[in-house]
Amino acid sequence: MATLAVEDLAVEFGGVAALAGVSFAVHPATITSLIGPNGAGKTTAFNAITGYLRPRRGRVTFGDEPLTGRRPCDIARRGVVRTFQKTSVFPALAVLDNVLIGLHLRGRAGFAAIVAGRRAVAAEEARLRDEAEALIAFVGLAHRRADAAGSLPYGEQRLVELAVALAARPRLLLLDEPGAGMTSAEKERLVELIRRVRGQGVTVLLVEHDMRLVMGISDTVIVLNNGRVIAEGPPASIQTHPEVIRAYLGSTRA
Amino acid sequence: MKRAVIALAAVALLTLPFWLASPYHLHVAIMAGIFTILALSLNLLLGYTGQLSLGHAGFFGIGAYTSALLTLKLAWPVWLGLASAAALAGLAGWAIGRLALKVRGAYFVLVTISFAGMISLVSINWMELTNGPLGLPGVPAPELAGLSLRTKSAYYYLVLAAVAGSYLVCHRLVHSRLGRAFLALRENESLAESVGVDPTHTLVLATVVSAAMAGVAGGLYAHYTRFVSPEVFLFSYTVTMVIMVVAGGKGTLAGPVVGAVLFTVLPEALREAMPWQWQLLAYGVLLILLVFFLPRGIVPALSAWRR
Amino acid sequence: MNGLVLGGTYALLGIGLTLIFGLMNLVNFAHGEFYTLGAYATFAALTLGGLGFFAALAVAIVLGAAAGALCERVLLRPLRGESIDTTMLVMIGLWIVMQNGELLAWGGVAKSIPHPFPTAPLTLGPVGIAPLRLFVVAAALALIAASWLVIQRTRLGRAMRATFQDRETAALMGVRIDRIHTVTFAFGSALAAAAGALLGPIFLAYPSMGDLASAKAFCVVILGGLGNLAGATLGGLVLGIAEELGAGYVSSGYRDAVGFVIIILVLLFRPSGLFARAERIG
Repeated sequence: MATLAVEDLAVEFGGVAALAGVSFAVHPATITSLIGPNGAGKTTAFNAITGYLRPRRGRVTFGDEPLTGRRPCDIARRGVVRTFQKTSVFPALAVLDNVLIGLHLRGRAGFAAIVAGRRAVAAEEARLRDEAEALIAFVGLAHRRADAAGSLPYGEQRLVELAVALAARPRLLLLDEPGAGMTSAEKERLVELIRRVRGQGVTVLLVEHDMRLVMGISDTVIVLNNGRVIAEGPPASIQTHPEVIRAYLGSTRA
Repeated sequence: MKRAVIALAAVALLTLPFWLASPYHLHVAIMAGIFTILALSLNLLLGYTGQLSLGHAGFFGIGAYTSALLTLKLAWPVWLGLASAAALAGLAGWAIGRLALKVRGAYFVLVTISFAGMISLVSINWMELTNGPLGLPGVPAPELAGLSLRTKSAYYYLVLAAVAGSYLVCHRLVHSRLGRAFLALRENESLAESVGVDPTHTLVLATVVSAAMAGVAGGLYAHYTRFVSPEVFLFSYTVTMVIMVVAGGKGTLAGPVVGAVLFTVLPEALREAMPWQWQLLAYGVLLILLVFFLPRGIVPALSAWRR
Repeated sequence: MNGLVLGGTYALLGIGLTLIFGLMNLVNFAHGEFYTLGAYATFAALTLGGLGFFAALAVAIVLGAAAGALCERVLLRPLRGESIDTTMLVMIGLWIVMQNGELLAWGGVAKSIPHPFPTAPLTLGPVGIAPLRLFVVAAALALIAASWLVIQRTRLGRAMRATFQDRETAALMGVRIDRIHTVTFAFGSALAAAAGALLGPIFLAYPSMGDLASAKAFCVVILGGLGNLAGATLGGLVLGIAEELGAGYVSSGYRDAVGFVIIILVLLFRPSGLFARAERIG
């Protein structure tokens, strides 16, 4: 079971520090939430951890494997998968195909075998299809499997995103505002799904603005403000933490 | 119903030299076949991975020159020449892919144009190798078990086999996990990366396969016309290919075939009525109209209409 | 010296294209066709219209602007939100239409454009230069300076720069984005037409002259960085001189390859351009 260790991570945009040296750890099989006012650097942290941004300094390791400096696809290969703040699906493709793409690393068929039409390739395709169906059923979208992902209502698209991310068999799943724009019924379903995912041994790190959701689901909460960690601990201690309250009040005053 | 249509089409294609026996018609059929292979290859990049390569004439020309030179100067058998055409064009595709795919979108297009432009200049200026603008005449025809495939009927079957092979490769590739990776990169590259699709590796693969196929088409062209000159690098070939793919329907398999046949037969049919410049002008207008009114191409429009 | 002649006109082409490419995010494959239009317009004004040389040049520039504005309104504005692939295809279509239109209108034989300058070269110190070429350099530099003034000093130029840097904020501050697009395309096309009108008398006018012009223009834009006016100016001059050196030392057949090689090298190693100063964010 691997721990995600972030050490002194710093990211700059044109001279402005989006992350000013952030350190925290995410322990295996826990649900950890990353919160903070807008612009605190949460999505930037996600981008830096998963290779979409190059940090100015700092290290990220998962277990004993360094992640810093690797490309996103290589990080995914090591079991670290993220979702995006803006709804991200493959819009013109059917839901089933979306999830099949998520299963990309689960297949091994190479160019030569595919072109030669080997039977092993067909067998693998059948297996992948079964796995995809199972994932679609897990998030409750079986009735949508043939619909184009872009045509689904917003909440369902977010579920497709989750299924795609889960298909990549993550050991660590980073969810960027998974509940944004969802109704409370949809959020309840989401919480249920996240708990089941953690129950399967997957570590979850999520960024969220819905405090009720965060405090209800998290084992640990990490608070960022102005690119720095200002608090870290179980939900109860965070809710009464003076610095956290100041950060949120300050941001509403501004 | 669909199977019956396909079976009928297959029979018609297999017996074509018997019911379309004039050399002129066979010529058109052969050219349509060669362009079908080219359109299918361009479609892999344009339709499936979403990268617009405007240097495809470069791969076509490399294939033509490679096979022509090897069979002419070194007396290699044509089959080996064709295989080498695919290999060398594929290698060029690999180089272009690795280099050009550091950039995307418009910049990628510019690199591919520059590549084709440079290759063209080399073929014109490197007289010792390519004989410059004078070209290479006397490229040999292929032989099968001692029998020369010089006649149009025989060559037609050769091209038909190549088209079938290309179509099969594309079909298998597109319906596989690699094909899905292509589409994923076209639809949402960041998302694809987040689940482990390697953009560089995948796009380079697409470029190599695409280039190799175009190279085979080039080799087939060289051994058919028995003459190769720097004209194979003309941008108008690339433009024709793009129109075939876009008009037929990029991102489908039938689209390029329909587009290739349409835009090989149409110019020939209109040749009496419309001189070449007017045709090109019409193509330009057609391209603009297609973008406005039929952006997905003929085949997708037809299947949407049927539904 | 020839390097300056070419360089000046390449800079004009490059400035026009970098504005269009940078501000409108449009790969203008038809840019070279406005160059050709400028040359043929000058020819027509001189031979058919009977105008004087300088008047003909002015006509060519105005025609370039008008044609550019028309194309933008009819072809590009409806496609505003589309992906870059779509607009690229439309511009390729326009390229084909314009080039073949010119082929049909004027025929494929190159036309020589008459000019009023004496052919005997002037001697400036150690170099001899034809008066026509001197005029071209001077005119090119004047137009470049004028473009700079417009972009840097006028309200229009400010609006264009604002749109380039931050479209949404510019719109919020009252800039009419639609109009800016039309003006930018017209401006860029006018500069291309000017380049064609200036180079036409030196070389000849033929329908496919625009292809190389487009390629050179793209090279200049890539050298200088997208939307970078200073970079385009410098880039144009660099390209002109590099070509002269290349033709002299390597072989004249490969002269045009210099531009292609530069495009490939710069895009591979410094995609933001040799002269670009702005950081690329993520």
